Amino acid sequence: MSEFLQQLINGLSLGAIYALIALGYTMVYGVLRFINFAHSDVFMVGAFVGYYAIEKWHLPANSIGGGLLALAMAMAICAALGVLIERFAYRPLRGRSTLSVLITAIGVSLLLQNVAQNRQIGFGPNPKAFPNLFPYSNFHLGALTVSSNQVIVLIVTLVLLAALYFIVNHTRTGTAMRALSFNPTAASLVGINNDFIISFTFALGSSLAAAGGILYALNYPSIDPLMGTLPGLKAFVAAVLGGIGNLPGAAVGGVVLGLVETLVVACGGSTYRDAVAFGVLILILLVRPSGLLGKAEREKV
Amino acid sequence: MLEIKNLSVSYGAIKALHGVSLSVKPGSIVTLIGSNGAGKSTTLRAVSSLVKVQTGEIVYDGKNIVGLPPHKIVARGLAQVPEGRMVFANLTVQENLMMGAYLQRDTQAIRRDRDFVFGIFPRLQEREKQIAGTLSGGEQQMLAIGRALMSKPKFLMMDEPSLGIAPLLVKTIFEKIVEINRQHGITILLVEQNANLALEISHFGYVLETGRIILQNESAALRADPKVRSAYLGG
Ligand SMILES: Nc1ncnc2c1ncn2[C@@H]1O[C@H](COP(=O)(O)OP(=O)(O)O)[C@@H](O)[C@H]1O
Ligand SMILES: [Mg+2]
Repeated sequence: MSEFLQQLINGLSLGAIYALIALGYTMVYGVLRFINFAHSDVFMVGAFVGYYAIEKWHLPANSIGGGLLALAMAMAICAALGVLIERFAYRPLRGRSTLSVLITAIGVSLLLQNVAQNRQIGFGPNPKAFPNLFPYSNFHLGALTVSSNQVIVLIVTLVLLAALYFIVNHTRTGTAMRALSFNPTAASLVGINNDFIISFTFALGSSLAAAGGILYALNYPSIDPLMGTLPGLKAFVAAVLGGIGNLPGAAVGGVVLGLVETLVVACGGSTYRDAVAFGVLILILLVRPSGLLGKAEREKV
Repeated sequence: MLEIKNLSVSYGAIKALHGVSLSVKPGSIVTLIGSNGAGKSTTLRAVSSLVKVQTGEIVYDGKNIVGLPPHKIVARGLAQVPEGRMVFANLTVQENLMMGAYLQRDTQAIRRDRDFVFGIFPRLQEREKQIAGTLSGGEQQMLAIGRALMSKPKFLMMDEPSLGIAPLLVKTIFEKIVEINRQHGITILLVEQNANLALEISHFGYVLETGRIILQNESAALRADPKVRSAYLGG
């Protein structure tokens, strides 16, 4: 039983990170109807900003203030990065076929990876140890062990989800995001500047990915330029699982996937953890083609 | 107030408008009638900058607005109720109206405008918290008009407001169009296939056929015109 609870906690903190990344995929899909494959590399950049904040910019390690500041910097820098990617890579292709935008997204993804791998301007290809941003300790509750970093993952994720919920449902810009994702023509006819809302969406999604990158690195503290690929792919699975375009769906999908994956590992299947993630996706899509929370919607191309 | 001069628009290789010219005087209701595919919606889309203008000018309040992005056109007081209503079906009635007021910043004024819309369409007030997608077709049309009014337009274009709506509601909606024009001084360009009704409430009319204006006159005269009667008024 305590083993089960232990895995539940591990799975929740992994799932929370998937949820943060998945939200970016789903938000961008909502407004532009394509999968931003560069999103997983924005996640990677987020983790790197956390690394640089401590190692190069000399923010204090092992401190709550320094950690939160590094988190805020990563979110801000990645928000700007997301906006730039949309502005210069995707916007010129607006109105073209989804396929050309997808290929561009893969190109942007490779570009970010290659820049990060470069020794002169980037980080270099080799993994580095991620510093401890926050003070570290383990809490023991009976047989359960919860690390402070797991607690931080859960708290930060809950705060960010609450903020996102508020923005999307209770602000003018968030309502405009929902309006635009339903009908861009109608949105422009009420005076919404669609380009601005799309930029805002990229900023929001990319900042969540950055937070995901920091939180991921806290729990798996070895970072490298390709670190985004697998979590990014899983988060994409989570977004599809929850119903692509559906925000609560992405959050639920992320948590479900994190739990499933952790349980597979707990049952001795760690070799298959990644395959199982995709197996779950295929199963759920067979039963519910539009995802767990998705509504049947015709594809807009 | 609005002057369209020699407007041409193409969709790829298909030319939808071949040099359309029309003008709308302040305070009037002008109608643009024509059968399916004539280019009526394309004309309105060009004014709202939803399609690219190939040649021609669209002069509004003395300025050529061709090339402005759609949201800047709304900001100048030119609103459109698009064909098929296009309400935000995933938002509540209230949120739809708030989106209509997207460019307004004064919350007091927005509340007054909302009450003004509720005055015209009391049904919307009863359904304020309802998701727009669950409204009937007629109610959605009221919402689409209400949403456009929330942007405080001086000039309102409506694309087939009678389409797919129960006959009883069509009558109500046309009465409201007249009310919006007479009592609130909003100039209206009305696109309709229901030529009878449109010519009844308008001052001036244009007849569009395969991308060209083929007739234009006072609405009363058009209603009496034998050509119009046979082609658009069912004899
Ligand atoms: N998005 C589009 N792509 C290609 N052709 C279009 C498109 N929209 C309209 N058309 C064509 O342009 C012409 C005018 O259409 P439209 O303005 O919608 O007519 P109306 O509103 O009078 O029914 C028609 O021949 C129609 O087939
Ligand atoms: Mg039409």
